[in-house]
Amino acid sequence: MEHIRNHRSVYAYAALFLVLVFAVAMPVGLAWAEDAPAGAATEYRDIPGMGSRNLIWIVAQQHLLLAGFVLGVPIFAWVCEIVGVRTGDQRYDKLAKEFTKLLTSSYATTALFGGILLFLLIGLYPKLMNYLSDVFFPSFLVYCALFLLETATLYLYWYGWDSMQGSKKGLHLFLGFLLNVFAFFIMIVPNSWATFQASPVVIAEGSMWARAWAATWNPTWWPVNIHRLIANVVLGGYICGAYAGLKYLMAQNAEERVHYDWMGYVGNFIGVFGLLPLPFAGYWLMREIYQYNQQMGITLMGGFLSWLFILQAMLIGILFVGSNYYFWLGIMHRIPGSEARYRRPILAMLVILLVCLGVWMTPHSLVASLEEARKMGGTHHPLLGVFGVMSAKMTVSNLMILVTFMSFIMYWRAGKEETARWAKVAKAGQGVLLGIAVVVVVVLGVWGYFVPAITRINYFSTTQVLVVLFVLLTVTPLTGLLMKSARTTTEMVWGVMPGRAGYVLVLNAVMVILLMTLMGYARSSSRVHWHVYGVMQDTSQYAYSPALGYAAAIMALNTFLFCLLVAFIFWVASMGGEKKGGPTDTAHTKAKDAASPAVGSAPAASTGHQ
Amino acid sequence: MRGPSLAVKGGILLAAVFVALKFVLPLLTAPLPMSLIYLYLFLTIIGIVVYGTLSGESTEALLGPIFRFLSGEGIGGAVKSARLAVLVLFPLLVGWQTYGGLAPNTQPPAESRTIHPAPPGEFVGLSNPLPNTPENVMMGTGLYAAYCLPCHGPKFNGNGAASDGFNPPPANFADPGTIAMLQESYLFWRIKKGGVGLSVEGHPWKSAMPRWEVELSDDQIWKIIMAEYAGAGQKPRTWE
Repeated sequence: MEHIRNHRSVYAYAALFLVLVFAVAMPVGLAWAEDAPAGAATEYRDIPGMGSRNLIWIVAQQHLLLAGFVLGVPIFAWVCEIVGVRTGDQRYDKLAKEFTKLLTSSYATTALFGGILLFLLIGLYPKLMNYLSDVFFPSFLVYCALFLLETATLYLYWYGWDSMQGSKKGLHLFLGFLLNVFAFFIMIVPNSWATFQASPVVIAEGSMWARAWAATWNPTWWPVNIHRLIANVVLGGYICGAYAGLKYLMAQNAEERVHYDWMGYVGNFIGVFGLLPLPFAGYWLMREIYQYNQQMGITLMGGFLSWLFILQAMLIGILFVGSNYYFWLGIMHRIPGSEARYRRPILAMLVILLVCLGVWMTPHSLVASLEEARKMGGTHHPLLGVFGVMSAKMTVSNLMILVTFMSFIMYWRAGKEETARWAKVAKAGQGVLLGIAVVVVVVLGVWGYFVPAITRINYFSTTQVLVVLFVLLTVTPLTGLLMKSARTTTEMVWGVMPGRAGYVLVLNAVMVILLMTLMGYARSSSRVHWHVYGVMQDTSQYAYSPALGYAAAIMALNTFLFCLLVAFIFWVASMGGEKKGGPTDTAHTKAKDAASPAVGSAPAASTGHQ
Repeated sequence: MRGPSLAVKGGILLAAVFVALKFVLPLLTAPLPMSLIYLYLFLTIIGIVVYGTLSGESTEALLGPIFRFLSGEGIGGAVKSARLAVLVLFPLLVGWQTYGGLAPNTQPPAESRTIHPAPPGEFVGLSNPLPNTPENVMMGTGLYAAYCLPCHGPKFNGNGAASDGFNPPPANFADPGTIAMLQESYLFWRIKKGGVGLSVEGHPWKSAMPRWEVELSDDQIWKIIMAEYAGAGQKPRTWE
């Protein structure tokens, strides 16, 4: 065995050596850079074999994914900390600290990739960077200042965690607030650079600051800001969930199982919490793009990029099913004896989800052989072709949101009995509200086929969204009130979820990462052969849109690389954690019997296992 | 819950969905392409797996019989022969499918055609310069009858006398997924420039639409557009 282990070590070192050689040799590729003619400025440089665009694509995507995680996690880490303070439950404080631990370990890598991206952009696309620097130089300065503030605040927030307990907790919470404020601005400043490329506003007159401000406040800036803010929470939640899922699968004792089961639940909850409003933000963004430029909108939604939205439907669908599945597993396993009661409603919700997903994934023009197309009379099916248009897609996405929300409410109520006198009325009211919402969404969806597009977009789709939001915003506090006085009939047992629950959490995270790589490609490709749409043309050898299959391969590679990166970062973080403290402190005993669960309305990671 | 029932039920459900999509649906409407049938079968499998693995008991009921059948544990008689047949036939089926997919075929491969490519910049945001009056619509209808009707049909549904000669068939304007989703400027581009004027994005450029700018003036094209929307009972996409 020792002999085999030695061999493995040799292979591992050899692999590491090759990676290092590659890392060092890669810049040498720049030696083959395109040289500008004498007297002219270099516009592009290339990297032989790999291609400058591919390298930028990979590095930018890694940076963006890391940044999404780093900017999303502080939001719910801070919220968890507030919950801990308000409820006096130390578990939330510990959880917030563990989230922040993941954040600190990812922060430097994010900055590192940002630096690499900047150097590569300056080196490989000097013409573009020169232009962007001219437009945005003032905001570069603002960004630097924000970065300094964010870094200092993060250091104080993380390293001051233990010393700022008790009377200084308020100061620590304020630091968390500042961290999120700086993080938000750190996100929206670079967003202005990227959205400017897609929907530029260029003014020739005015001061440096005035030009930068006009370029910043471009038509797609705020839609992207909101969409990314929510997406970052979703990404952060699901990645924390995946981290917990893996830790759960590797747990060596009951205490770890209990803790990571609960952490996985919180991660999934955060992911779902963000996922529910995300389609609305995406819809707004697409609407703004259409309004800004019809060509760009058609390229995205009706043209050659429209297939990406079918893939998007598939990924979002799996995410919805995965998140619901995790809730349902929670009901079945954490609440003993619940199977008989909840199987039927779960089956109904599953069928609705899958039917909706089927509609969402049905393309407008179907992929068909010549013979099949002849039999259909074209690539539009006479019956199922109606599923291909936006009216159908909006309807089913709203229904899926409602179903997922009901899954969560069902989970919340499971194992409890309402004691409030008005409980019956409230529950009936919620049922009626939900029923009306479903009817309104479906009726407007069908009616949408018979009205002008502008009526559907401006009134029907908006009404569908508002109705669903209204349900979310009324049923949630009402259920919260009901649960406040509810009696627990069946204690929730933590740490007894089957292994597949951990795998589902990992699957959800992979789906979100794939989604971000997919839609990142869509957003970037919608500019087609322009660096800055309609202003600066791409004149490099890469001024063409890569084929969808090729793009899909790079997206998969990016997803794989990011998973590797995150796994490495978390592994390093957990090494520190084992020494410093946290839920893994007591894992040294490595108890093999990991089956004994924790019983209670919530787990007590340190003492709760029976 | 009885052990093997869930696995059997799942198998029956999958087979039923396949039969319904492949053989029953074509009795009512046009047959579905296999790409869509596979998609719906994939969703059905997801449903069976998710529902079947909710609890430990149901997981055993779903997967237990499958694992036992594949491993041969505790089976005998006819089931044993069936297992042998599956173990032999399944690889052969996969091989046959692979061969079918790779062998040279006279059928062209399935393709994803971009139906609505983005128009060139000069056609973006144009608005119809003519007022939408009954006279203009009537003139447009006359022009439609002369130039468009043979292919797009008297009912504007793409079912003209010559439509059978084209693949893909002429557009069905009555379908809410065609002209109702587009601005008038888009139609102006497609009518004026025809199939040869499709942009790069319009791959694989399968359109027999003539380039009508050769025969019709811009005003005539705008009148035809009015007539098409009026005749098909649709309204053009607008932003106001």
